[in-house]
Amino acid sequence: MHRSGELYGQFQTLEQQKDSAALGMWVFLVTEVLFFGGLFMTYTINRHAYSVAFGVASNTLDLKLGGINTVILILSSLTMAMSVWASHVGKRKQLIRFLVATLALGSAFLGIKVIEYKQKFDHHLVPGHNFQIDYRVQHPAPTDSPEQITIEKEELEKAFARDPELNAHAQLYMSLYFGMTGLHALHMIVGAGLLVWLIWESVRGRFTPEYNTPVEIVGLYWHFVDIVWIYLFPLLYLIDRHR
Amino acid sequence: MSTSITAPAHTMPRQHYLNSSHSIRSWLLTTDHKRIALLYLLSVTFFFAVGGIFATMIRIHLLSPSGFLVSPEMYNRLFTMHGVAMVFFFLIPSIPAVLGNFLVPMMIGAKDLAFPKLNLLSWYLYIIGGCFLLYSFFIGGLDTGWTFYTPLSSIYSNSAVTPAVLGIFINGFSSILTGLNFVVTVHTMRAPGMTWFRLPLFIWAHYATSIIFILGTPVIAITLLLVGLERMFHLGFFNPNLGGDPILFQHLFWFYSHPAVYIMILPAMGVISEIIPTFARKPIFGYSFIAGSSIAIAVIGFFVWAHHMFLTGESVYAALAFSLLSYLVAIPSAVKVFNWTSTLYKGSISYDTPMLYALGFIGLFLVGGLTGLFLACLGLDIHIHDTYFVIAHFHYIMVGGAVMGYVGGLHFWWPKITGKLYPEFLARIAAVVLFFGFNLTFFPQFILGYLGMPRRYHSYPPEYQVLNVMSTAGASILAVGYLLPMIYLLWSIKYGRVAGPNPWPATGLEWKTDSPPPTENFHVTPEVTWEPYDYENRPDLGLVAGVSPVAPAHGDD
Repeated sequence: MHRSGELYGQFQTLEQQKDSAALGMWVFLVTEVLFFGGLFMTYTINRHAYSVAFGVASNTLDLKLGGINTVILILSSLTMAMSVWASHVGKRKQLIRFLVATLALGSAFLGIKVIEYKQKFDHHLVPGHNFQIDYRVQHPAPTDSPEQITIEKEELEKAFARDPELNAHAQLYMSLYFGMTGLHALHMIVGAGLLVWLIWESVRGRFTPEYNTPVEIVGLYWHFVDIVWIYLFPLLYLIDRHR
Repeated sequence: MSTSITAPAHTMPRQHYLNSSHSIRSWLLTTDHKRIALLYLLSVTFFFAVGGIFATMIRIHLLSPSGFLVSPEMYNRLFTMHGVAMVFFFLIPSIPAVLGNFLVPMMIGAKDLAFPKLNLLSWYLYIIGGCFLLYSFFIGGLDTGWTFYTPLSSIYSNSAVTPAVLGIFINGFSSILTGLNFVVTVHTMRAPGMTWFRLPLFIWAHYATSIIFILGTPVIAITLLLVGLERMFHLGFFNPNLGGDPILFQHLFWFYSHPAVYIMILPAMGVISEIIPTFARKPIFGYSFIAGSSIAIAVIGFFVWAHHMFLTGESVYAALAFSLLSYLVAIPSAVKVFNWTSTLYKGSISYDTPMLYALGFIGLFLVGGLTGLFLACLGLDIHIHDTYFVIAHFHYIMVGGAVMGYVGGLHFWWPKITGKLYPEFLARIAAVVLFFGFNLTFFPQFILGYLGMPRRYHSYPPEYQVLNVMSTAGASILAVGYLLPMIYLLWSIKYGRVAGPNPWPATGLEWKTDSPPPTENFHVTPEVTWEPYDYENRPDLGLVAGVSPVAPAHGDD
């Protein structure tokens, strides 16, 4: 199909093209909801069945890093919304600035995620043969305060008394943690790639108030990925939080 | 059906989508929905052949009570590979990706789908997924059954489950993108005057199918991904030893795989809704009811999944609710059957090949649908669950329904796709052979199942042998019924009579352009001023009131 300017051959008008692209992205996001939905379902069932283990395992996550990441993501949604606005009113410099800011915030999120994953490796909390939910209290680091470790030890003993299979069930939680945040991170990486492309195209001056469909639909995608995290954060970090 | 009115001789159009360019590159990198449809046609035919070979081996093996062709382990692999190839790589893409791809833009008067590059990407995803599946077959195949029940599939099976699961996962995105493309296209690409209630029923059926693609496929994708992760990294989502829940897998699996049955049958119903009015020369009876019933089937279809699990351990109340909902889905299905038969009433019927398939479809779908009610009945299901009754039931829906619709549709639109007519006499014989062979194959299986022969067993008590031999005999007739069209359709591409734009004549927009159509589908954007399936106000069809109707053009007139 021939393309004239920004209008692809199968369309009659730019408006029709933009409507199609936006609807296409919305439909895609619906499929994404269902895609994550399978994981949320699995989470819900197991959370209901093993609430003790899920509570204990949830407490191993780093609330500070998770909280910072939540703020970063919300900020990145703001800058993304500003990029869409800038592309609508045709402010090219602003558009580039906001897109770069979004990319920087997204990368910061991924960087912090890497630090968190590293912690889980160090604490033997990655599902597999070496998984041990009480590894950290058995092998405390010199920086850990002894009182804190004693409290955590007691909690774990109580939890083991209520759920003898605690280790297996906590491992289930960590599988879900890695599955859900991993899939989310994968979406962030795809989003970062799309942002690089948008920055490149806007430096070339491709987006005008008449044609800004790519900025708009990447914006939709970015907000969606953001919303997924808004659900993941309380479900993974905030359940049974008491320290 | 000799006729005094000789159809005018037609010539092939000079420029069309098939001869616009010839290089292999122009096919492999095409964004033309019609060419992509042909790519799909070749690839689904390949997987149909693969699945068919496994089916043949199964039927030969079951000729004797002890089974003489393969070992019990190999038998498990055969029926699994038959199911996986047929369901995921033939039935689900068959009508939507071949006929739907070709026809959806043409029927609504568009130049192409909304996202032609995504459309090509879907085909590549299908091929990549297919390669993973073939890899799994080549390194020994898999033995979990096409349902991949855990923990067999996730822990205990020593066969090549992981590549197959990854292949289906990748192929799922092909379905999702096709569904997404169809939904957007129907919303934004309709020609002037093509309102929602002037859409052909084929489009309504594909719209409903696309909804299932969009809402169902992501769930099977994530579920099979979890199974794959469980196998590769020993996670425990569905492993009871690690606290996981194998029943959860079944819920997630059937949440997609039951609606997937409607992915297979709805497009076939769309095909039948096009064929019946054409060869009854009458507007379809109850257009809005047929359109609405497609949507109803898609919606209700999402709430019946646990009827596959009546014996797996679910609460009595859940089972009651799912049984009731399963009965409910029969209502929109019956609405369609009643409307088709009402369309035939006082119609001017000609028994052309597509019509033979359509009539066959109605009969077989009726049997398949009614036996579905047996299975939805809680008490009776305990007796016939996991027996050959289930096998016969879903083959009546999938082969008798979906494949009949597919082959019928292929004949109906063959003149449009290739510009040539197939030999009518041979085609009618093939249709009858197919119908007869199908019934001989699968009707005995109803009886076998009711007598208690379980599915997925490599051997059976000697008293079941007569019915099994009948079934195998039917399968060989069925194979002839499939081989015949493959041969004469290919033959007709070179030697068939030129069809002309509208050989039947039919009322859809796709028949208002050349056969084969030009790359941009229509020379001028069509404008729709008539209601669907209206023969009275369409002088362009050459059917003048008071004059005996023009008989359809045939390849061997």
